[in-house]
Amino acid sequence: MTSAPVPEVLRAPLVVEFPFTRSLGPVQSAFLTGLRERTVLGVKTGDGRTLVPPVEYDPATAEEIRDLVEVGDTGTVTTWAWNHEPRRAQPLGTPFAWVLVKLDGADTALLHALDAPGPDAVRTGMRVRIRWAAERVGAITDIACFEPYDGDGAPQESAPHSGEFTDPVTGIGAPARLDYTYAPGRAQTAYINALSEQRTVGERCPACRKVYVPPRGACPTCGVATAERVEVGPRGTVTTYCIVNIKAKNLDIEVPYVYAHIALDGADLALHARIAGIPYDEVRMGLRVEPVWTEGGRFPDHYRPTGEPDADYDTYKELI
Amino acid sequence: MAPRKPSVMRPARDVAVVAFGQTDHLRTTDELSEVEMLMPVLHQVLAATGLRTSDIGFTCSGSCDYLAGRAFSFTMALDGVGAWPPISESHVEMDGAWALYEAWVKLQTGEADTALVYSYGKSSPGSVRDVLTRQLDPYYLAPLWPDSVALAALQAQALIDAGETDEPALAGVARRSRADATANSHAQLSGSVAQGEYVVRPLRTGDCPPVGDGAAAVILVAGERARDLCERPAWIRGIDHRVEAHGLGVRDLTDSPSTRLAAERAGVFERPVDTAELHAPFTSQEIVLRKALRIGDDVTVNPSGGALAANPMMAAGLIRIGEAAARIHRGASHRAVAHATSGPCLQQNLVALLEGDAR
Repeated sequence: MTSAPVPEVLRAPLVVEFPFTRSLGPVQSAFLTGLRERTVLGVKTGDGRTLVPPVEYDPATAEEIRDLVEVGDTGTVTTWAWNHEPRRAQPLGTPFAWVLVKLDGADTALLHALDAPGPDAVRTGMRVRIRWAAERVGAITDIACFEPYDGDGAPQESAPHSGEFTDPVTGIGAPARLDYTYAPGRAQTAYINALSEQRTVGERCPACRKVYVPPRGACPTCGVATAERVEVGPRGTVTTYCIVNIKAKNLDIEVPYVYAHIALDGADLALHARIAGIPYDEVRMGLRVEPVWTEGGRFPDHYRPTGEPDADYDTYKELI
Repeated sequence: MAPRKPSVMRPARDVAVVAFGQTDHLRTTDELSEVEMLMPVLHQVLAATGLRTSDIGFTCSGSCDYLAGRAFSFTMALDGVGAWPPISESHVEMDGAWALYEAWVKLQTGEADTALVYSYGKSSPGSVRDVLTRQLDPYYLAPLWPDSVALAALQAQALIDAGETDEPALAGVARRSRADATANSHAQLSGSVAQGEYVVRPLRTGDCPPVGDGAAAVILVAGERARDLCERPAWIRGIDHRVEAHGLGVRDLTDSPSTRLAAERAGVFERPVDTAELHAPFTSQEIVLRKALRIGDDVTVNPSGGALAANPMMAAGLIRIGEAAARIHRGASHRAVAHATSGPCLQQNLVALLEGDAR
């Protein structure tokens, strides 16, 4: 006897994007607005150190700090790393060095990119200068990068600065995008593949014998692996429902409509789906329903009444 | 008020690691969902102790939704625990070492006597170098997308400039780790591994951890009962975790004062240790940790191969505690230090001191 070949697990691209906007406190607002105006600001700590980039609380004492000072746009590399293969969204598309730069007048270092011809042109202690972005909006990327600078490291006194600018920046856009390849695993692959044949499969727990659908490979009650595949449905019973009166954005369904929990025949867990083919105010617990597939649909579009008598409460009361 | 010298914090209750399990760590596990990957190690630690789910007083897990790109993925993993009838459960969006810390605190309060701690991570669906940029400060760092290797490379160069290491010494750390990993059947990368090309100079592929999927679990038990469940329990004599400023330019990247402080509070420096399991995903980080923990050449460091042999995100730190405990269980160690890290360039550090009963 040969076992059936293991079907290839499914894979699909998955993009997760976060279009967050973030508000700035008084210190970050002054710093990022300053960058827009080609002015680099730091903040003084209680013990007289100048932090660049500035923060609102002293990292050592947690004391609130607000005394802004202006530092130079030239500085010294404190450490570096050569990045010969820039990745998406990094500051430069050509090979560059990541650098921590202590700007003249600052006591801490700022992370950014250094545009240099190669690793041999970079060393700790080298002098660098900010290259400003042509278009500046009040963001750390207003510094396009650093570039080598042959001027001296003449100690520059930082000068007090009010931090006041016209039209200050009060927030930043912080878009983030991550690319994944989603693989749902063995159990859910089987579920999705069965749906493509307009069938619904679950898995039976070897311990409690309950059939879970959709299957996830584990019985959530017993904490053991499930493997025995069981076809359920296609018909089922409405165990509970709600009437939706507010239309969701981009949803092509007229309100009010009914969303219900449906216990498919043979399943021990209810699925949820929309009910149609019956006036919304006539849907009830115990209603017998069956799936309606649309052309090319990858899951049932909705469920409609079968016309059978309603199920007895006792047959589904454990599944509500 | 004058600053007080950090002192050793003595636990109120004796708590021991009595069982440890881990998966084989693999580059990809597409055929397994997270719960399917995790379940065998949960069953393994329960079987090792004879405990059933209903015997566990507290369950705590560590994982990170950003790795798999799915929200609340830990709730699905709970299917592997058997959460009915209802259990006492918690989760940290951190390495499982921090979940173990939470469980240890729970046992210290006396609210529970046994705890199941697990953690897992699937890095294979995404690009972990990019994913980890999202844990950085969103104002000054994240918009530049500095990846995890780049940040470690800045630290490595700082160490080289300070004369604390050089590229051949880093290659030596990599070679020793992968050679030791040949004795670890769960390791992803072992034996002779080429040091390779630069990824971000000065770090080469050999200086970097493998990217992979994996899970781990331990069981903690308080008091005398630990001796009933395990022939030689690994007692947690001290545990502490500390964090440093997130601004990389504020920190001295050649040192790890947070690790040193955590070790001091955990009592590591009171007597010599014989084993150290260090969570150092990059070769250069072992240099920093050895200094912070005052580890001499007489200490066995990462006999499992450490994170350079297998670095399943969110589990690799818990595995350090588990590996140290397992050595005590089998009598290969009497006093071991285990370390876990999180964040760029060793930003957050947890140190646990484990001891076996005197013979």
